[in-house]
Amino acid sequence: MTRRTPLELAGAEPGPAFTVTFDGRELAVLPGRTIAAALWSAGVTSWRTTRAGGEPRGVFCGIGVCFDCLVTVNGRPNQRACLLPAEPGDVIRTQEGTGHHD
Amino acid sequence: MTDRTGGRPHLAVVGAGPAGLTAALAAAARGVRVTLVDSAREPGGQFYRQPAAALGARRPEALHHQWRTWERLRDGLARHIASGAVTLLTDHHVWSVERESGSAVVHALLGPAQEESVAVRADALLLATGGHERVLPFPGWTLPGVLSAGGAQAMLKGGLVLPGRTAVVAGTGPLLLPVAAGLAAAGARVAALVEWADPRDLLRHVRVFAARPAKLVEGARYAAELARHRIAVRPRHTVVAAHGSRHLEAVTVAALDRDGRVRPGTERRVACDTLAVGHGMLPHTDLAEALGCRLDGVAVAVDDEQRTDVPGVWAAGEATGIGGAALALAEGRIAGLSVAARLHARTPDPRSYAAPARERAALRAFFAAVDSVCAPPARWAEQVTDDTVVCRCEEVPAAAVREAVGELGAGDVRTVKLLTRAGMGWCQGRMCGPAVAGLAGCPEAAPRRPFAHPVPLGVLARDPAPAPPSDLAPHPAPDPASAPDPAPPSDPAPHSGPASAPVSDRAPRPTRHSPSTGWESP
Repeated sequence: MTRRTPLELAGAEPGPAFTVTFDGRELAVLPGRTIAAALWSAGVTSWRTTRAGGEPRGVFCGIGVCFDCLVTVNGRPNQRACLLPAEPGDVIRTQEGTGHHD
Repeated sequence: MTDRTGGRPHLAVVGAGPAGLTAALAAAARGVRVTLVDSAREPGGQFYRQPAAALGARRPEALHHQWRTWERLRDGLARHIASGAVTLLTDHHVWSVERESGSAVVHALLGPAQEESVAVRADALLLATGGHERVLPFPGWTLPGVLSAGGAQAMLKGGLVLPGRTAVVAGTGPLLLPVAAGLAAAGARVAALVEWADPRDLLRHVRVFAARPAKLVEGARYAAELARHRIAVRPRHTVVAAHGSRHLEAVTVAALDRDGRVRPGTERRVACDTLAVGHGMLPHTDLAEALGCRLDGVAVAVDDEQRTDVPGVWAAGEATGIGGAALALAEGRIAGLSVAARLHARTPDPRSYAAPARERAALRAFFAAVDSVCAPPARWAEQVTDDTVVCRCEEVPAAAVREAVGELGAGDVRTVKLLTRAGMGWCQGRMCGPAVAGLAGCPEAAPRRPFAHPVPLGVLARDPAPAPPSDLAPHPAPDPASAPDPAPPSDPAPHSGPASAPVSDRAPRPTRHSPSTGWESP
């Protein structure tokens, strides 16, 4: 059975997708989506490793409270992926630890 | 910044969710100029979170309940914005509020960059700051694919996106129902709804349903939605652990006995790539605390008019106690009416808000019953293995918390924090606070945070440059000669409102009732 998608459910008619890169890989992103939504839609669910244990992390609270979804965007570390809108040409990188070692 | 419009009193509202919007509309309709400040890009709060405009959603209502209420709020807001009565500041992240010379000053960081701060000065302040989810830890809860139930819903409503294909929704509380139904409607396979409470226990609270029969209808409607999506509901069950190496692959679900212990032999492994988990909600009280507002437990204490015990500061919605959107609407309406009357130096006639006050009383009773049924099982902390990370930011395991309590003699959350760093990270203990309290065996208390939000040092170093005093309207505290219910004297009790245990774990607050000496910047 083909299942419905969220875009179909909401009757979305988004504008044309644009391109960003995630760790060098090109991803197509629908306009309006946050970095986190853009990565989820490309099947990516983790984009940070923790400082002590190097454990993978992604979205947890989804509303900007927990800071688990921190990511490096255009060279700036510690951006909350769940809040930050994706922009054409964004260079998104997995944030290793504090993100200041890159 | 402050502007002048014909001497109309000015209300600043923090939070454009159901409570803040309703209050803004009620006050604006009664001659108050309102500035509505919210961190999101669109108004609506979490409950009415809208898809990003560029996604072009023609049927956003498919993701929502009580859409007609939203249309009323949205259209009312548009009218008041057009007339100039309401100014809406979206993408403004409030990090501090202060009282200064009888005015309230709201400091907010701008936009996604959050490097520049602006100040909004007003005669009165309404805190409609909402709440966030409580998630108690269990082994594997830091794996990608495990996220808060509200987070899954927020990403779906705002970004029209799912985290995976097969979800388990787990924890406790009313939020799990719309989350499970929403994920399923959007195309996820929801393998199970795992609720540690037994919803039938709620039916024993006959009186709250008699006062609020709509809640029975709502419950039945969700039950039908879950059945339509063939979602297996597992009451009195819990997720014992989440499994996977770099991503969630499965969870172990087990039945609970009446004491909240896992019944041996009932463990079942359920394959899934998403676990949406939540254990109720907590009020956002940072701003209220920075102002010195009295708390009642973990919520902001308010009187019948939704006033805090700090003159000129009102609070409504989840910040004053978790109770959902309908309660937020009632409280916001009362707050807006009270603000409008008080800013015009009148005492509001209780008859003017009798209907929302009845609604408020019934809904508070209903959610008190929900709280008692959905309380964490007494033994939940026993499921937390020593190596389970409790503080997600600082990667503090349960063993460290237990050692701080058992061997180092920590008796409260603050001491545990100093010994282990639990709660010292980016989220400032918002995520781990309840878990640390539970593991340490001490009560949940709202910790004091100087800022509601991380602030660049450059912003703090700059002079906030307050508006000149000539720009200020008079302090809104009613004149004792004209108002029979003046601002309280030095007694820290609120105007009325329920008695509550004092919050002991806090430094003495500055005197709040003499503006010339009492107000301190954070």
